[in-house]
Amino acid sequence: MFAKQLTIFIENRTGRLCEVLNVLKKNDVNILSLSLADTTEFGLLRLIVDKPEAGKERLAEGGFSSLLSDISIIKIPHSVGSLQELLEVIDNSGVNIEYMYGLSIEDDNAYVVLKASDAEKVDKILDENGVVTVGCEDLIHIK
Amino acid sequence: MIWSKEETLSREEIEAIQLERLKETVARVYERVAPYRKKMDEAGVCPEDIKSLSDLSRLPFVTKQDLRDNYPFGLFAVPREELVRVHASSGTTGKPTVVGYTEGDLKTWTECVSRIACMGGATRKDYAQICFGYGMFTGALGLHYGLENIGATIIPSSTGNSQKQIMYMQDFETSLLVATPSYALRLAEVAGEMGVDPKRDLHIKIALVGSEMLTDAMRDEMHRVWGEDMLITSNYGMSELMGPGVSGECEYMDGMHINEDFFIPEIINPETGEVLPVGERGELVITCIKKEGLPLIRYRTKDITRLNYEKCRCGRTFCRMENLSGRSDDMLKIRGVNVFPSQIEEVVLGFSELGPHYEILLEREGYNDKLTVRVELLTSTDSFSVLEDITRRVREKLKTVLGLDAKVTLVSPNTLERFEGKAKRIRDLRGIK
Repeated sequence: MFAKQLTIFIENRTGRLCEVLNVLKKNDVNILSLSLADTTEFGLLRLIVDKPEAGKERLAEGGFSSLLSDISIIKIPHSVGSLQELLEVIDNSGVNIEYMYGLSIEDDNAYVVLKASDAEKVDKILDENGVVTVGCEDLIHIK
Repeated sequence: MIWSKEETLSREEIEAIQLERLKETVARVYERVAPYRKKMDEAGVCPEDIKSLSDLSRLPFVTKQDLRDNYPFGLFAVPREELVRVHASSGTTGKPTVVGYTEGDLKTWTECVSRIACMGGATRKDYAQICFGYGMFTGALGLHYGLENIGATIIPSSTGNSQKQIMYMQDFETSLLVATPSYALRLAEVAGEMGVDPKRDLHIKIALVGSEMLTDAMRDEMHRVWGEDMLITSNYGMSELMGPGVSGECEYMDGMHINEDFFIPEIINPETGEVLPVGERGELVITCIKKEGLPLIRYRTKDITRLNYEKCRCGRTFCRMENLSGRSDDMLKIRGVNVFPSQIEEVVLGFSELGPHYEILLEREGYNDKLTVRVELLTSTDSFSVLEDITRRVREKLKTVLGLDAKVTLVSPNTLERFEGKAKRIRDLRGIK
């Protein structure tokens, strides 16, 4: 299954990240995972949140433009080599991985967020190979 | 509609009026304005030397510095009690420049602005919202009396409180907007934030913009947000000469008609001061030939333009000055290359991914000038390659237009400063001029 990622453009300036987070906090949007990639000029804040659509709307009201994109949240065993095995499956299919970041939150399992050049195709491949993907809402219940 | 019959006089008739008024003005100024008499004496020219319009070029220039040196009333040609109003320029450094009007001057001013308002499509039916700052600045009151004179209904809302401005526009069904181009764009932004679509929910069909250059790209952007059917004309003036009303565009938008029975234009080479042939681009010099309070002779406007004496399709015979292509004093010298901020603006406005606001930053790195253009990113993306692609394309376009390599910095929407009066978009931190 796909999940939605919320991406916000922020320029490198003191306090800018805090302003974005403040909008989410005030509107009770919970952050489940994040990745902040930056250049010297600006950064892209990529968030997995419990309410992506509402988050986008609230951010727009606060003057921040953001984008919802399709990503896969993949469950893999929390063990040496499992990520490499996953990538092998994807690489063999010829789909390009644009970026990924991880969240390791269970004793036995870890989760990675993966953005592929072709979200639909990668989803199909994962399914065929028995790899489990989850939605944002599923992450909330993971303890 | 053409407001005055003078606007369609033949070239011979215009020149006859100009010569008569020029002679009268030079004689009066020589007699009454000591600092200018001194300049004329030094140049070895006296009022009797002015026998034809071509003799104008023998007279010395007046500059803004002359106004500062004679602050506040030293260049006035009437006793102080003859003045009925004073205004002052927005002088950003040191003392402002003070200008004064006799009762006759105010009548002239109203006449000049009435003509310009008519050229821009205004009629007595219009509800005209004046979003220029009222006060010492000449813009607001100039347009105010000119529009009132043609019978329009004035909404003197001034600048600021943009949400209330939008409310007036909606509730009073404002049909005509007076503003700087950048404030007109800002107002459309504010309307959008309030859920008001300027095209659908407001009734403004005419915009008279001034006090800032109107580039083609800026006009296109205004059409995009305010509607394709809006008639947007620019008008020109400066407080030293009178205020708005020196010239304005008609509906054909092919240059601004100069009120030649009140002002004589010349184009000079800003470095040598020599008069350039008709059609060449250079600094605009204006001589006021019907003013009583402050009749400046050969005033150097620092504005860069060129003149066109062909008769216009609208029927007016007054010559036209091309929309300004810059100011000789805000022309930037970057690594030896002449750059006008308007060129950068054209590039920025050409990208739909970017907002219309921008900032130009100049720094010194070793022996090199460094140019940075900061622009607001409107597109949302989750990919660096998209951002890099936009940056690269803007940079390439700047390189083509300016012949200079610039750094392009993307910032979030609504983070660059917005201006209600003249936009100040350049930060020169080089510490040299």
